[in-house]
Amino acid sequence: MVQKLDYLKETPSQTAGPYVHIGLAPGAAGFDIYKQELGWDIAGPNAKGERIRVEGIVIDGTGSPIKDVLLEAWQANSAGVYAHPEHAGQVEDGFRGWGRVITDFGTGEWGFDTVKPGAVMGRNGRMMAPHINLWVVARGMNIGLNTRIYFDDEADANATDPVIDLIEWDRRRQTLIAKRNELDGKVVYRFDIRIQGEDETVFFDI
Amino acid sequence: MTTPGEFYQRDRDRHPPALTPDYKTSVTRSPQYALLSLEQSASEITGPTFGHGDIDPIDNDMIHNYAQPGESAIGERIIVHGRVLDENGRPVPNTLVEAWQANAGGRYRHKKDTYLAPIDPNFGGCGRMLTDEDGYYFFRTVKPGAYPWRNWVNNWRPAHIHLSIFGTSFSQRLITQCYFEGDPLIPKCPILNTVPDQAARGQLIAALDMNATIPLDSMAYKFDIVLRGRRSTLFENRLEGN
Ligand SMILES: [Fe+3]
Repeated sequence: MVQKLDYLKETPSQTAGPYVHIGLAPGAAGFDIYKQELGWDIAGPNAKGERIRVEGIVIDGTGSPIKDVLLEAWQANSAGVYAHPEHAGQVEDGFRGWGRVITDFGTGEWGFDTVKPGAVMGRNGRMMAPHINLWVVARGMNIGLNTRIYFDDEADANATDPVIDLIEWDRRRQTLIAKRNELDGKVVYRFDIRIQGEDETVFFDI
Repeated sequence: MTTPGEFYQRDRDRHPPALTPDYKTSVTRSPQYALLSLEQSASEITGPTFGHGDIDPIDNDMIHNYAQPGESAIGERIIVHGRVLDENGRPVPNTLVEAWQANAGGRYRHKKDTYLAPIDPNFGGCGRMLTDEDGYYFFRTVKPGAYPWRNWVNNWRPAHIHLSIFGTSFSQRLITQCYFEGDPLIPKCPILNTVPDQAARGQLIAALDMNATIPLDSMAYKFDIVLRGRRSTLFENRLEGN
């Protein structure tokens, strides 16, 4: 007999279900309970950089919007620093870099306000283009899906991004690139997520 | 000297696959392409942090956190407690745990829930807490009721509490469900059965813990949560080199 490895096993994932709002966004479920719900303010008032909004819908395999999704965003500040003790550098006071949004029950639209992140140092000394990490959960999804939002006005940085570079098909690369629009002087990026079917978004096993 | 590095690869055999036809909603909500494997960078190794300023002490008392003064939620009073550990068996301290559930009758306080069981005016159905320095967490609630749901014509969810856990990195993020020892609905549940491995399903069933009960007050269940473990690099980590 060989010795036994004594690692524990990760707790299995289960779907967030249709009532995820009760736990993570109770106001949307229809009641007020906490002094503050978490995740509504990603960048805080002092963050430097360009203020942007990111919007989209999440589309299922029938081509329809999914109306009970919850998304979490995790991003660096405009200098490419994550608000985390292991990441070298400083973030502005009040910058958390994490946000949580839900889709509208009627339309399936979601959106959040933040600052555009800066490029972040990746593996092997290769810079990663500015991006926002996303985690998507919903009823019918057994385990959260990880993807990234990149920006279409960062074409040069995207062209050398080591993660985009892993995607063999140019058509699939496009699924990670948000489209910039300016509406009444406000910068809005559009990022629709296709869970299944034509132009399915690239999801990562991180 | 060892330095912390990447997190162990997720053992996808312990997790449900995306497509599980017996849980019908997964059929149109499951990616068909393979996930793209990513070696971890700062984007995956870091994650949000939370502190006591983010929550209130009463947030982990679901019997009282939505109740009128002097009132309490109706149902079997329970304590759910345990530790958040990583795969190396190390505690995960100061991490945010969020919980939500149906009331004792199986009804959720949610505008989309139309089950005929009554709303309990003194029960919200959510709680949250930070683990302490030993990774320990606990909350007080009422045992949720089973409820019917539309999947097959006649499906009932076993009593369960939904749990959301952060860990220290975005790659440890996890949502799961906690079931209760002895519930006869457990083996019949298409959602629990999305987890293909029997031992892994057992990891989602909290044990009745008589030692943690409060006599003449509350029953107790123990539910430990394991997040992905982290590699210690004995030699120079090559994240930056090549
Ligand atoms: Fe549920």
